[in-house]
Parts: sequence; C-alpha cells; structure tokens
Amino acid sequence: MNYEAVIGLEVHVQIKTRSKMFTRVASGYGHEPNTLTDPVVLALPGVLPVMNKAALDAVIKAGLMLGCEIAPVCKWDRKQYFYPDSPKNYQISQYDQPICLGGAVEIELPGSARNVMGEHKSIPLTRIHLEEDVGKLNHGATDSLIDFNRAGTPLMEIVSEPALRSADEAFAYLTALRAIMVQGGISDCDMEKGQLRCDANISIRPVGQTTLGTKVELKNLNSISFVRDGIAHEIKRQMAVLARGGTIVQETRDYDGQTGASQSLRSKEMAHDYRYFPDPDLMPVQVDQAWKERLRAGCPELPFDRQRRYFTDFQLPYTLTSVLVWDRALAEYFEAAACAAGNDKAQAVGNWIVNDLLRELGQAGLALADSKVRPEQLAELVRLVDTGVLLTGAAKEVFVEMFATGEAPAAVARRRGLEAAPTDAGALEQWCREAIAGNDKARAEFKSGKDSAINAFKGPVMKAAKGKADPKAVDATLRRLLAGD
Amino acid sequence: MPGADELDIDHVAALARLALTPEEKSNFSRQLGGVLQHIEQLRKVDVTGVEPTAHAFPVVNVWADDVARPGLTTAAALRNAPAQRQNLVVVPKVVE
Amino acid sequence: MAAEIHYQTIATLAARLAAGELSAVELMQAVIDRTRAVDDRVRAFNSRDEADALAQAAASDARRSAGEAMGPLDGIPVALKDVIAVEGQPLTASSRMLADFVSPYDATVVKKLRQAGAVLWGRLNLDEFAMGSSTENSAFGATHNPWDLSRVPGGSSGGSAAALAAGEAIATLGSDTGGSIRQPAAFCGVVGLKPSYGLVSRYGLIAFASSLDQVGPFTRTVEDAAMLLQVLAGHDPLDSTSFTAEIPDYRAAVCAGPRSRRLGIPKEYFGAGLDPEVAAAVRAAIAFYAAQGWEIQEVSLPHTEFCLDTYYIIATAEASSNLARYDGIRYGHRSQSAGDVTELYEKSRAEGFGAEVKRRIILGTYVLSSGYYDAYYRRAQQVRTLIRSDFLRAYEQVDALLTPTSPMPAFRHGEKADPLAMYLCDIYTIGVNLAGLPAISIPGGFTQAGLPIGLQLIGRPFREAELLATARNYEQAHDWHQRRPNL
Ligand SMILES: [Mg+2]
Ligand SMILES: [Zn+2]
Repeated sequence: MNYEAVIGLEVHVQIKTRSKMFTRVASGYGHEPNTLTDPVVLALPGVLPVMNKAALDAVIKAGLMLGCEIAPVCKWDRKQYFYPDSPKNYQISQYDQPICLGGAVEIELPGSARNVMGEHKSIPLTRIHLEEDVGKLNHGATDSLIDFNRAGTPLMEIVSEPALRSADEAFAYLTALRAIMVQGGISDCDMEKGQLRCDANISIRPVGQTTLGTKVELKNLNSISFVRDGIAHEIKRQMAVLARGGTIVQETRDYDGQTGASQSLRSKEMAHDYRYFPDPDLMPVQVDQAWKERLRAGCPELPFDRQRRYFTDFQLPYTLTSVLVWDRALAEYFEAAACAAGNDKAQAVGNWIVNDLLRELGQAGLALADSKVRPEQLAELVRLVDTGVLLTGAAKEVFVEMFATGEAPAAVARRRGLEAAPTDAGALEQWCREAIAGNDKARAEFKSGKDSAINAFKGPVMKAAKGKADPKAVDATLRRLLAGD
Repeated sequence: MPGADELDIDHVAALARLALTPEEKSNFSRQLGGVLQHIEQLRKVDVTGVEPTAHAFPVVNVWADDVARPGLTTAAALRNAPAQRQNLVVVPKVVE
Repeated sequence: MAAEIHYQTIATLAARLAAGELSAVELMQAVIDRTRAVDDRVRAFNSRDEADALAQAAASDARRSAGEAMGPLDGIPVALKDVIAVEGQPLTASSRMLADFVSPYDATVVKKLRQAGAVLWGRLNLDEFAMGSSTENSAFGATHNPWDLSRVPGGSSGGSAAALAAGEAIATLGSDTGGSIRQPAAFCGVVGLKPSYGLVSRYGLIAFASSLDQVGPFTRTVEDAAMLLQVLAGHDPLDSTSFTAEIPDYRAAVCAGPRSRRLGIPKEYFGAGLDPEVAAAVRAAIAFYAAQGWEIQEVSLPHTEFCLDTYYIIATAEASSNLARYDGIRYGHRSQSAGDVTELYEKSRAEGFGAEVKRRIILGTYVLSSGYYDAYYRRAQQVRTLIRSDFLRAYEQVDALLTPTSPMPAFRHGEKADPLAMYLCDIYTIGVNLAGLPAISIPGGFTQAGLPIGLQLIGRPFREAELLATARNYEQAHDWHQRRPNL
C-alpha cells in the first residue's frame, strides 16, 4: 500500500520587545541567571499582569503579513498545569478567541537543480495566538535548577493546518516563516537561543484516505535541519511499524538531532486537563481598522512577492533573486543600488552584490550594515564599467579598495591609475584589421551568418592592447571592419 | 448540570496537586457533595441568550508601553526560595 | 467627648496633630500601649513591629516640625490585613504556606498610604487566604470579638475589624470578596466599606477571587472612611482592572449630605434565617430614613437566591487558579519529604494549606475541569449577568439599597462547623461583589446581649460619595458608633 505523511507544525516565536509580555522588566537572552525578574515574573503573592502594547502590535503585524484575519476582539485565558518552570502554574494564553485566524505561508519546494525554481505551495494556518514563555530548567545529575529570566517573554504560537506532506515541505515552511518573522522585525528567530521552536505532529495514511492517522508529536527539534531530519525519520519509523503489521501509538517523541534517533518521552500519567478559563486580571483586546492599517503600513514585502517583482522589474535570474530576497537588508541594498544605476543595469548590480560584496563581507566577518560601500557607490562602479572607463579586472580591484576605504570608485580608479587608457582609435583599428586578417576561418564563418565567430578576433585584439581596450569599442570596430570587408 | 455525586476526589486532588489524607477525602466529598447539591439549583435559571460576565465593568485595551524598568536584584528574587544554588532555584530532578 | 487617644477618629486626630496638641509618636505609643494591653485577648495581629511604627511616627513628627508638606493621613496609624504586601515585611495570608514569606515589594495601596503620611502598623489576622467568615480559619489561631471574646469577629478581615473595635489601630484595611469587610465590620460595630470593583488597586493584594476582590477601609466613622478612601482610590497602571473614574472629594461630599433621597428595600433580603433583632434594627433604620423625608420603595432583586451558588462557583474557580502559584518552589512552604517534583507540589500544598483552602481549591478545580466548565463556570458567569442587571434595574427607581449586612450577629467560636452553614452567613453581601457595586456596613444598633448589628447600604457603581453621604445621614442621628466594648 502507498502511504502519505500528514504533518502539522506548531511554531513558537519569541517576540522581540524591550519588556516582558505582562510586566515591564527587561526581556533578553544570555543574561546572568535570575537577573531579569520582578514580582510579576516570579508570580509573587499579590501581583497582576499588564499587557505589552508592542507585543500586540507585533503579533497583529505578523498576522497581517501572513494574510490572517485579525479578530476584532480577543481575550486572555489561563492554561493551567503545574511545572516548575511556570511560576504561576498557569500560562496566560489565548484559548477560544485567538488574535489571528487563518492565513497561510507560501513555500518553495526544492527545484530540479540549484538554479531552477521549485514548485510553490501555500500552507494554510489555523491560528496565531499570543502567550508568555516559561523559565528555563537545567537538569543536573540529582536535581534541576531554574532560571526565570526567560519566563514571561512574549511568545507567539503559530499553528499550521495538517497540510504539509513531507520533511522537505516542513523545512521550506520553516525557512519561509522564519524569513517573514525576521524581515517583519517580529523576532530574530535564532533557534539556538530558543527564539523559534518547533513541534511537529506527524501521521501517515494510505494515499486517498481522507481521515487522519494516529499522530505522533515530535518535540525538541532545535534547528531547521533537525526538523527536516526528525520528520523524515519519524515518517520512516511509522511506515516501518505499519509494514511490520504494528499500529502507531499516540505519543510524544523526542528526536535527537545528533544521533538521528528518536525515543518515546515517558507518557504523562494523567491526560492533560488544562482547565482553561478567561483570565479575570486582564481586559479583552479590541482591534480596529485604523490600528490594523497603521501596522499594515509597516509590513515589508514578503520574500516571494519581492522575488516575483525582481523577475518582472529587473529580469533578474532565479539564482540572484534567491540570494537577495531572503535577506531584507540585502534586498533593500540591491534595490537602492539598482535604482541609482538604472533598471537595465540591475543584473550587473545584483552580480556585484552576490559575488563581490558578499564575498568581501564574509572574509571580513562583517554584516551588510557595516559595509563602507554605499549603494550609490556600487551603482557608480557599475556605470564606470558600462561606459568603458573601467575594465572588468580593474573594476574588481577598485571594488576591493572601495570596500576597505569607502572611497568613491572614480577616486580609487584615478588614484590607482586603473582607468582604461583612452583608446587610440587608430591603434585599435590597426589591431582589429590584423586580427581579422589572421583568422580567415572565423572571418568566413562570420560572413556566412555565425555571429559568435566575432569572438575569435577579440582575444588577439585584447592581447595587442595589453588588456586595456574597451570591449565595447573592440566589438564595434570589428563589426564595422567586417561589414565593410 | 452534572450531578453532585460525580465529584471524583482523587482525580480532582491530583489535578490540584494536593495530597489529601483519606479522612480529608471523605470529609471533602461529603461536604462538597452538599455544596454541589445546593449549586444544582442554578439549573433553574434560564440563561438562554445571556452573555457571561467576566468583568463587572469591562473595558478594552488596557496595556502599557514597552518600556523596560529595573526588576528585582537576584538576591531579592531568591530571598524567599526554599532551596537555591548558583543563583538558581533548586527542585528535585525533573524527568520529562 | 474625651475619648482615649486610641479610640479617636482620623478626623479628630489629624486636627490634633496639625494643631500640635499631640505628636505622632505619642499617638503611636498610645496605640502600642493599648495593643499590648488587649491583644493577648483579642489576637487581632499576626505580626507587628513597634520600633518600625514608632520610627515612621517620628519621621512624621520631623516632617511636621520642619514645615514640610503633610499628607492627609500624616502620623495616623493604619494597620493592614495580612494579605497586603509591604516591602521588607512578612506577608502570610494567615497561612502556613507563607509563614516565613517576606515581601520584596509594596502594594499600590501601601505606596499610597506612605505618600499620605500614614504610619503602617502591624499585619492583621484573617481566615487563611481570605477564605471564611469567622477568622477561625487562620493557621495562627482565631481572633476574638472585642464585644464578646467567646464570639468570632467575622471574616475574613476579622483581625482588621477586631483591632479597630478594640482600639488597637485608628483605622485598618481589609479586603472584601464576598463580604469580608462588611460582615466583620457588622460583627465588631465599626464602619466597613467595600468600594466599587476597580476603584482601589488590587496590585499587592493577595488574590482570592480576582473578579470579586476589593481592598477597603475599616474606620470608626463614615467621615473617616471618606478620608481613607480618598487616599486609596484612583487608577493604577499596575492593575488592568483598575477603573479610570474621576475621584471626587469624598469628605466634602459626605459633609455636604446626600443629594438624592430614594431608598430601596430589596424584599429578598428579609427572608427566612434573618435574626429578628437584626431585622428589627434594619426596620428601625428604614423608619429613620422615612422620617427624614426619604422616599422608601420596596424593590426586587429576583436572582438573589442564586447569588450564593454563583459566588461559590466563580470564587472557588478563580481561587483554585490563583493559589496554584503556592507550590514551595520559588517561595513558601516546601515539604521536606518529597521525592520528586509531583510529590513536592502535592505534599507542600497539603502541608501548607488549611482545610477550608483545600476544600475550596478542590471545588474550584472541579468546576473548571474537563467537561464541567459550561455547566458550572460559564453558567455562573451568565447568572452573574442576571444578578448584575437586577441591581442596575433597581437603580432606575432608587439611589441606594438598605439591607442587613449579615443575617445574624456575631456567633460563637466553633458554632458553624458545617461549611455550607458558614457560607450562608454571606447571603446579603455576595450579590454586591458579583455586581461590582460599592457597599458599606455601619453600626445600626445592638442586640439584647450587647452584640453590634450592622446595616448595609449599597450604592450605584463608583458613586461612593453619595453612598457615604447616605450612610452618614444615619450615623449622625445615632450614637452606636461611639459605644466601646468592655475589654
Ligand atoms: Mg510552576
Ligand atoms: Zn504555546
């Protein structure tokens, strides 16, 4: 029998705010233990929560970017369970009235080759709600230690429909979702810091069956690659169980990314009974049109929308777009430079960014924000090459110098004497004549209509010019001579 | 409304994380049975179409701006902790 | 009237302090002396720090002699129910669970009292976690009614009422979830005010039932209640349920007298179980208001019979959740015999909580548990809506309601052993909490046996000024509030 996998993902994303979800002590990562607490974080007797406006803004913005319907009114509920990392022993969350409903994440599946765009799919979302994070438990040999710094950090839970069909789709989903959250300024989504965490619900069923099989929840998937590997492993495990004639048990399993093995977590003795009820300490949230529009105005273009625009506006090749659009700063840098250089030179601009700028940044260990080369300067460099003032090799040298000093390209070229020699038209014509005369075969081919045969003359001309001839002038001169021939 | 005899004291005590003695269990079952029986009269009220009251004076959008203020020092945060080590709160080993 | 210092009012003492007739230290010392003399019998205090109180009083005197701006309560000793957080001070809720807890922060009402210059004096006994109507459910022993030490002072703010009645403070704070200020005020013959829900910040008040709890004052007179409320009331950004109502000048309004004169008598508040002496006192009060020219109208609050059940579902559900944080992990009692974390929770909570708290946690957990939410909690919230509309409808005809505070005067220790019998003590007070209304209990006479009787006046939401003025109308024509127990 043929089986297909059905996967739903629950993604928790920490929201980047200055203070916590329900109190105004600082939020942060990497601080000394128990230095980011206050009476509310520790759930001391008598404290009360007050919601963080910025966290609400962030989740609504996330919802708008993902095409969710923003609930006109939502409320807060207490999700009750005892766990040492949860100071109140209930989590303030949203149960039956989440702030965002529906929406979707567009994903791209791997293409047939690296430079070929893959198939796109839209993965529908069930909901997004806002809640608070718990503290961190560190397990020792004989006891466990609790740091409450993380407790109370604003947390967004993004729940997908069970609409993913493979580990690759899950990988693509997380890649796209993470980029959107980062580009929207919602979160840094660093999985190592726990800013993005993912649980997967996985089941398999015979192809054609519409009901769902028994699902297994996979936890502790702490990198996007581990999510892919863990899901692939779990699908294989379930297939094997069924092939043996066994049945899938509903359980929670822990996937170890290092060993590539999973194990059943000790099943809880008691079925969860969270005893949700509306939190009497908090008032509902009402979202009006004006609030939504204000946030919508701050939403960046989604990566795939940007990519489609690059195809149509700039005729960029897929490979360039697939580097540029996943980094908002890089894409904005590109657009600024392309705008300064002119749309017809956008591809050249893109090439400089993807090949040269990223290489130099990588070697220097710098971020784009640290780059001394401003977008207009890069556009200027492209123009100098285009007008023949700089030849490609010289331009590369100029770029390295610009990167180091932040000087304008023309200034570097002048100071370093890298400008192409003003071509002596007489000398160039002479070299071209010699080149044509020296290759009868190419000459005949060109005459009979093979345009590319012209390239055979260019090497000897460049050699004679010691590389300092403008390729455009060379091409034009050769054509003129061959035509009048 | 469920009957007063449905109170499963062991289950509820486990949910509430209360280790009750057998005596407490039988006392509470009896006493709360009486209370629940009394509560059954709420069944008489016609609540069709009645909105539940969560707050006596509801308002919306009560929030604060995202400004970080100083919290407790680590010493103050841990001052009441029954067990601590290296500025962390100690509990028996938690097995997931 | 030359009352002993410890039995004088805020109004009198504030004037005497301002006139230089008395120093804050002398006042505090008088209160300390009185407390030392009577508290081994009354047992109103869980803890008190005499040196700290005297230091605060000395600071008040220093401010006064330096000519600094003085607060409205400068130098006045105010003692607090032991559920209100004071930085650096014990906060126990009369529970073993918090026997050793020291608060690292101030409640908002405490900040306001400090700003007003009040001397924070002692922590007063209560029913554990404010659950009870007699102050017998305290882990540290019961408080005794100063009018008859064999009787309870009411609850849960029994310590607050008893301390004031015994002259161990000039004013006290309590909290009221289902009558916990008004009923002990009635039992002890003092004034107790439960403000409208949201008028006074709950930040720093140990939560019992979040949607019902309010902090309020115990005072000797209605005017004092106005003075204390003035300090306590007002929006608090740390309490999301705190209301942004405009705060009027309560004392001025009280002295100006009531503006409206339509009094409603809810017929459901005079049913079976009402003590005849209490009923007689309330009828006398009705006659008094009628004689004063008030229009008296019988009104109906048809859902009154459902208040108790609605209350016990909502209050216990919220309490079961609010008390989940007491787990012996970050603070509080931790069992020494726990092998794992689950045992740590179960044993710490079993050892730390008393029987009434456990009983209510069990009930609250049950009504929220899977499959029961709609039948209990949601239905109770719906009935709450009906109870609330009953009151609002009555206010279309009248401006205030007059009722007994409690169906009976103070009962004897141990008299109400059955939880349901105890719960029935609250039948006249809980509707007010469910509806979020302001209500006051004022002294309304004495029984043959010499026990105080309380009258309850219930006002419109956030119209405390009018309510206080109405209460003072009665108070001024009677001298019940000037009688003192024989201690
Ligand atoms: Mg916990
Ligand atoms: Zn969650």
